[in-house]
Amino acid sequence: MFEFDPYLLARAQFAANISFHILFPSITIGLGWILLFFRLRYTFTGDKHWENAYHFWVKIFALSFAIGVVSGITMSFQFGTNWPGFMERAGNIAGPLLGYEVLTAFFMEATFLGVMLFGKSRVSNRMHVIACALVAVGTTLSAFWILSLNSWMQTPTGYTMVDGVFHVESWMAVIFNPSFPYRLAHMMIASMLTATFLVMGISAWRMKRKVDGPATAKIFRAMVATAMILAPLQVVVGDLHGLNTLEHQPAKVAAMEGIWETQRGAPLTLFGFPDEETRTTRFAIEIPRAASYILTHDLDGEILGLNEFAGEHPPVAPVFWSFRIMVGIGILMIVVAWWAGWVLFKQRRAPGPALLTATSVMTFSGWVAVLAGWYVTEIGRQPWIVYGMLNTADLVADHSSGVMLSTFMGYMALYVFVMISYIATLRYMATKPAASLLALRQLGGHNANQQTQEA
Amino acid sequence: METWLPLFFAGAMGLALLIYVILDGYDLGIGLLLPFASESEKDLMIASIGPFWDANETWIVLGIGILLIAFPQAHGEILTAMYIPVTLMLMGLVLRGIAFDFRAKAVSNRKDMWNLIFSVGSLVTACSQGWMLGTYITGLGETSLSWLFSILIALTLPALYVLLGAAWLLIKTEGELFDKAMRWATRAILPMGMALLLVSIATPLISQTIADKWFTYPEGLMLLPIPVLSTLTYGFMMSLLYRQRLLREGREWLLFAGLIVLCLLAALGLAYSILPDIIIGRMTIWESAASTPSLLFTFWGTAVVLPAILGYTFFVYRIFRGKTSELTYE
Ligand code: HDD
Ligand code: HEM
Ligand code: HEM
Repeated sequence: MFEFDPYLLARAQFAANISFHILFPSITIGLGWILLFFRLRYTFTGDKHWENAYHFWVKIFALSFAIGVVSGITMSFQFGTNWPGFMERAGNIAGPLLGYEVLTAFFMEATFLGVMLFGKSRVSNRMHVIACALVAVGTTLSAFWILSLNSWMQTPTGYTMVDGVFHVESWMAVIFNPSFPYRLAHMMIASMLTATFLVMGISAWRMKRKVDGPATAKIFRAMVATAMILAPLQVVVGDLHGLNTLEHQPAKVAAMEGIWETQRGAPLTLFGFPDEETRTTRFAIEIPRAASYILTHDLDGEILGLNEFAGEHPPVAPVFWSFRIMVGIGILMIVVAWWAGWVLFKQRRAPGPALLTATSVMTFSGWVAVLAGWYVTEIGRQPWIVYGMLNTADLVADHSSGVMLSTFMGYMALYVFVMISYIATLRYMATKPAASLLALRQLGGHNANQQTQEA
Repeated sequence: METWLPLFFAGAMGLALLIYVILDGYDLGIGLLLPFASESEKDLMIASIGPFWDANETWIVLGIGILLIAFPQAHGEILTAMYIPVTLMLMGLVLRGIAFDFRAKAVSNRKDMWNLIFSVGSLVTACSQGWMLGTYITGLGETSLSWLFSILIALTLPALYVLLGAAWLLIKTEGELFDKAMRWATRAILPMGMALLLVSIATPLISQTIADKWFTYPEGLMLLPIPVLSTLTYGFMMSLLYRQRLLREGREWLLFAGLIVLCLLAALGLAYSILPDIIIGRMTIWESAASTPSLLFTFWGTAVVLPAILGYTFFVYRIFRGKTSELTYE
């Protein structure tokens, strides 16, 4: 029997758990605001269709939220079970940030979720709108605190080190550390995009299957308009984020770009296979000088290469590839959103089959981009857990690899099961004909389909 | 180092965990009782906890959060020692939390499966929490005796949760389900009493530190109110269930109130046994505390926000007061 390295297992387990967790927040953070929008629209216009839209999507929100909560509880124990050393060293900083997340965000969203989901007939319309708003604010606040902590681990400021333990000098400097504004903005837009493409994709699927109610087309239009704005905005914010990273974590950027030697006028590698043995990128397809231009806004700007950081840079290939996946999806999102916008708003046509297929294929594209983005960020900061200060390897818990392996398998089995159930349930809910459609079918037989198409 | 700050946080942590046991206790109890109910009763039982379970679970996040914020040195050691029960509990919580939501949305022939998962998840969670408590009281001991003790608590805690669940149903339901809840409570109260008694006897036997604290003069005398009041409360609950009159005539919340008192007394007793240690016999709350500026920063947040949380929790319980009807998103 061969032994697994408990250190690798601890990392793999943590990575698996947080990867699973983040899928659901990235839906709920965005969907919370979208639901508030539906809810406000029907309060102000009195249009029943927006009410139907709210009722359809609040169910999916509830489901995603529940999975987000339970997988999040797992996360809050993981720091202790897998990285006990982390809290011993960085507890003075990580503790209060996580604490404020629980106090200001978790209780608020969890408590008012009850009112949002089940309280509609028990409270006034205004109170219900307020509950929806508080849930949306709560999810956003929770992103605020956890991203602040994560950004501090990437770009630590505002601390002093005494006997290997971090102590706070300035909370302002800790919370608003240099990479935090970029990460918060980028992640918020990422969540909005994830939710937007989910709603857009499922709406397209319903239209394609002709199980849509009259609300579906309205939802679709609203989502297309949102995506047309947010997708390009994300590129701009992502670019700024990258510039910030270049300043604070040049090794990560070098890995993202696959640049080995420090050089002026560095080319942008579109595609290739980074190889750490030979320290070259094989089969590279390059655009001359473009990397320098993007990163320094100067065709001859100097970019530090990986060889400057020998022994202290992250594994190159996963960072390089994840980055390309994320950016690729970002560009795809722009293309699809603007295509749909052109059809809907310029040509004023109903979406055709090709467009509906394309948008429903993109249903879960946000998930892929979010995971890829986090892998860039997290793998790209290795070998550090707190950049430049604390080594990941020093902090791992010493469970036997047998125990770690079996719990790891347990978690994986659980997650696969939950994921299959989640997708199956979404599919089932998406394929069920809208209530209004059933009523119409009973009344008027076959032309029901046409009628809803017109709506 | 300010001496009162770690004490404050130890108190806040205890309070959060106490609230957790009571609140999540009743909804875990519902999960444990679910297999004994009919199809339509199951829907109603689940509806009775629908608006609350998520916020209830947040209290354990706060409890663990405070352990991490205020006592980072102990946090790692405790959670590492409890790695297996913690993992089991987390898996139980995941299964339970998702089953709750999936059962309402799934294709109807899957509902039985989700009901089962809901109950199994609740049972796993309850037992692992008992196991964790046991491990904690024995000072993270790893002898076979401390294992035995942990198993004893692992079996006790579900009994308490069942009783909490039944008491919750008395408040939230009427008619046949109410009668059933009455029977469930009546059946659960004796085993729970026995188990609590056993645990109370075993605790000082297993831990010399705890025994020393309880069996000294005159401190021992001043502690007398705890066992005496517990016994009285227990007797009161017995009479509530056997005479039934009060519970049936508009005072159905009395059983739940009795359980709250019992949990509170148990928590006080436990706090006395443990403090000022955070890990019994190994580390005090002051030795493991985070730095004073960090604690102060969190203190102000807690002092402002915790009352607000209690306030809006109360507000939401008021919105959903009275007997439960069917669960709907309308
Ligand atoms: C950018 C967003 C984000 C990120 C990076 C994380 N989370 Fe999260 N988390 C949320 C956004 C979120 C949320 C939107 O607030 C959730 C998801 C669904 C929900 O109910 O709340 C949530 C739920 C949630 C819960 C349950 C809250 C409750 O009881 O209501 C816990 C304990 C955590 N998370 C803990 C963590 C930890 C320890 C993380 C990092 C290691 C983490 N989360 C990463
Ligand atoms: C939410 C999306 C996130 C994803 C998908 C993610 C992913 C990952 C991955 C893949 C690793 C393993 C890297 C490696 O070992 O090579 C990792 C490590 C880690 N991440 Fe994250 N992460 C996320 C957010 C966070 C946040 C918000 C925090 C803390 C506030 C955090 C803290 C850590 C820690 C402590 C480690 C372990 C040490 C390490 O390997 O660096 N992560 N994460
Ligand atoms: C197309 C242009 C995009 C660019 C130039 C870009 C740029 C970046 C960069 C440079 C990082 C790493 C930051 C660091 O760790 O220092 C990053 C991370 C990330 N990206 Fe993107 N991104 C783009 C599109 C997207 C899209 C479409 C999504 C999701 C819908 C997304 C989601 C994320 C996430 C979740 C992270 C990790 C969190 C963070 O560090 O902000 N990105 N992105």
